[in-house]
Amino acid sequence: MTATTADHHDDHHPTGIKRWLFSTNHKDIGTLYLWFSFVMFIVGGLMALVIRSELFMPGLQVVDPHFFNQMTTVHALVMLFGAAMPVFVGLANWQLPLMIGAPDMALPRLNNWSFWLLPPAATLLLISLFMPGGAPAAGWTIYPPLSVQGGMGVDFGILALHMMGISSIMGSINIIATVMNMRAPGMTLLKMPMFVWTWLITGFLLVTAIPVLAGAITMLLTDRHFGTHFFDPAGGGDPVMFQHIFWFFGHPEVYILILPAFGVVSQIIPTFARKPLFGYTSMVFATATIAFLSYIVWAHHMFTVGMPLTGELYFMYATMLIAIPTGVKIFNWVATMWRGSMTYETPMLYAIGMVFLFTIGGFSGLMLAVVPADFQYHDTYFVVAHFHYVIFGGTILGALGAVYFWLPKWTGHMYNETLGKWHFWLTVIGMNLTFFPQHFLGLAGMPRRIPDYALQFTEFNMMSTVGAFLLGFSQILFLTNVLRTIKGGEKASDRVWEGSEGLEWTLPSPPPYHTFVTPPQVK
Amino acid sequence: MNRSSAPGRNNRRTALWLGLLVGGMFGFGYALVPLYNVFCQIAGIGDAAIQVAEPGSESKTIDQERLITVEFTGNVVGGLPWETEPARKVQVHPGENVRIAFRTTNLSDVAVVGQAVPSITPTRATKHFIKTECFCFSNQTLAANETREMPVLFRVDTDLPREVKTITLSYAFYRVDADPQTAGTTPADAGTSSG
Repeated sequence: MTATTADHHDDHHPTGIKRWLFSTNHKDIGTLYLWFSFVMFIVGGLMALVIRSELFMPGLQVVDPHFFNQMTTVHALVMLFGAAMPVFVGLANWQLPLMIGAPDMALPRLNNWSFWLLPPAATLLLISLFMPGGAPAAGWTIYPPLSVQGGMGVDFGILALHMMGISSIMGSINIIATVMNMRAPGMTLLKMPMFVWTWLITGFLLVTAIPVLAGAITMLLTDRHFGTHFFDPAGGGDPVMFQHIFWFFGHPEVYILILPAFGVVSQIIPTFARKPLFGYTSMVFATATIAFLSYIVWAHHMFTVGMPLTGELYFMYATMLIAIPTGVKIFNWVATMWRGSMTYETPMLYAIGMVFLFTIGGFSGLMLAVVPADFQYHDTYFVVAHFHYVIFGGTILGALGAVYFWLPKWTGHMYNETLGKWHFWLTVIGMNLTFFPQHFLGLAGMPRRIPDYALQFTEFNMMSTVGAFLLGFSQILFLTNVLRTIKGGEKASDRVWEGSEGLEWTLPSPPPYHTFVTPPQVK
Repeated sequence: MNRSSAPGRNNRRTALWLGLLVGGMFGFGYALVPLYNVFCQIAGIGDAAIQVAEPGSESKTIDQERLITVEFTGNVVGGLPWETEPARKVQVHPGENVRIAFRTTNLSDVAVVGQAVPSITPTRATKHFIKTECFCFSNQTLAANETREMPVLFRVDTDLPREVKTITLSYAFYRVDADPQTAGTTPADAGTSSG
């Protein structure tokens, strides 16, 4: 760590393909992550459009049922492991060093490796579509016995999951090490920006949850090929055991997806309300509480397997308990906006949209937590509506807001505000048109993961499909806006936003290739 | 948090203990397999096994007031060339001994050994279901193209919770003499009914 002089002397870097292949620079790797997740977002989105096309009308028109099942499965895996998780690792790569005043991530070579595992993993997952027997088709939860019986596409899927898992484990080890060891002098833990806090906690969730998934899918693999019987009753195993192990990972995974988005919103809202975040300390503790609770509620995903009543009661109450720390966060965001000098630039719209739509998803989650109601809702479109409100309304809107928020800092140019607002409104209208009718479909009993449905579900399905295409195609506006901003546009100031606070806004826009080579002093 | 004091070493140390944590959690995933059973036994919330009583034993009392519907279902899991026709549903008084049979046929031209694995729905009725005789107690060999009435002799315990009105007894038949891995490729056949 030679303390060179001013920052902008350090702006030279390798060029061409080598810059990206061998990069150990957190900004370059962050950019790679962001582009990768955008490509995956489009790939997964196209699969969703295949699903919605088939469901536009009852009967079978577009694809055969087996391919439909592959689409639902691979759409989910691509979106979760290819888009939603990497986008926040990308944001963390770009932002964490800038926000805590570190020169780079703690383990730059590991950082390079964690990114470059992802493209081969995604390739493995996607080429499984062309295998004999097709891609995994047992749903993203890959429950046995179905997943034990699929063709070799399932093995490709498992291998891809292993690689993406290793990638995010390494990514989060890096993030934890960065936050623990690389903070600027004076930046105590309770002075860290909320995005840093939520990522620190998410990092711990990742290093503890992903290995459990790795264990579960390894058991699946040995059940398939090496004669073990973890999940095969014929050999003394139990398929329900898989569900227990899977959801022990699966529920923390939900919070892995949402906590960084909470962090983003906690950065954006104070900026555009021009007030400090309300209840910072309670936000930190609420996040930690949510993370802890996420480990003790897994079986609410499987109320219908025939659990003992005691178990169902416990998991129901424990699940409802999560509403408390989540409520703390939502009320804190609202209180931050209360009597603030609010302006509604695109990032703020996304943040408010996220709070609003995530809350709807949270409430339908509470409905699903109620055991007797869940028996009715289980495996219906109500569940699909619920988790899309949480993951699209929460995670994706949070990520899009984050990109608009920090894009002027990264590129040095302002994005086009009009285009941004169009993108926001079309996305939000498209999303609600897609997923809100699915609540009604689910309550009326339409099951998920089935390519055909009864006639009375037609209208809501048509609305949903129209919404999905609107949602999908409005992302072109986003791509256009980002590309135009990279190319040029109005020069962004260092602070970019009138109300921005934090170390990253003390740097020039765009920041030089190497930043904070001499650590800043935080008072 | 002074990073000028050998940050490289600090980072390696952090990475090392996080790596150990990852390894530990991978092992914990495997440990969950036995741990769930241990935990349920300690907490007393596990699925109790179906009770087995001496052949010929009888309940002390018969609850003439209640009538329980018992339904039967059977699945043949891929790889076993059998077909099974479960018994029709019966109405029984708790305490009453009942005999039913699954009519099972070997569709192939060679003798095949199979094994049936039972389960009860709802789960909380499991420990109140008493069998004195069952084809599932041992492997069954069906000769080529043989059809056999496979008997089950059972009674429902008189202390069955009052809210249980219907019980379903399900069997999944597995092939014993072949590698179960040769099953596969026919997901449609594969409804196991464990729970």
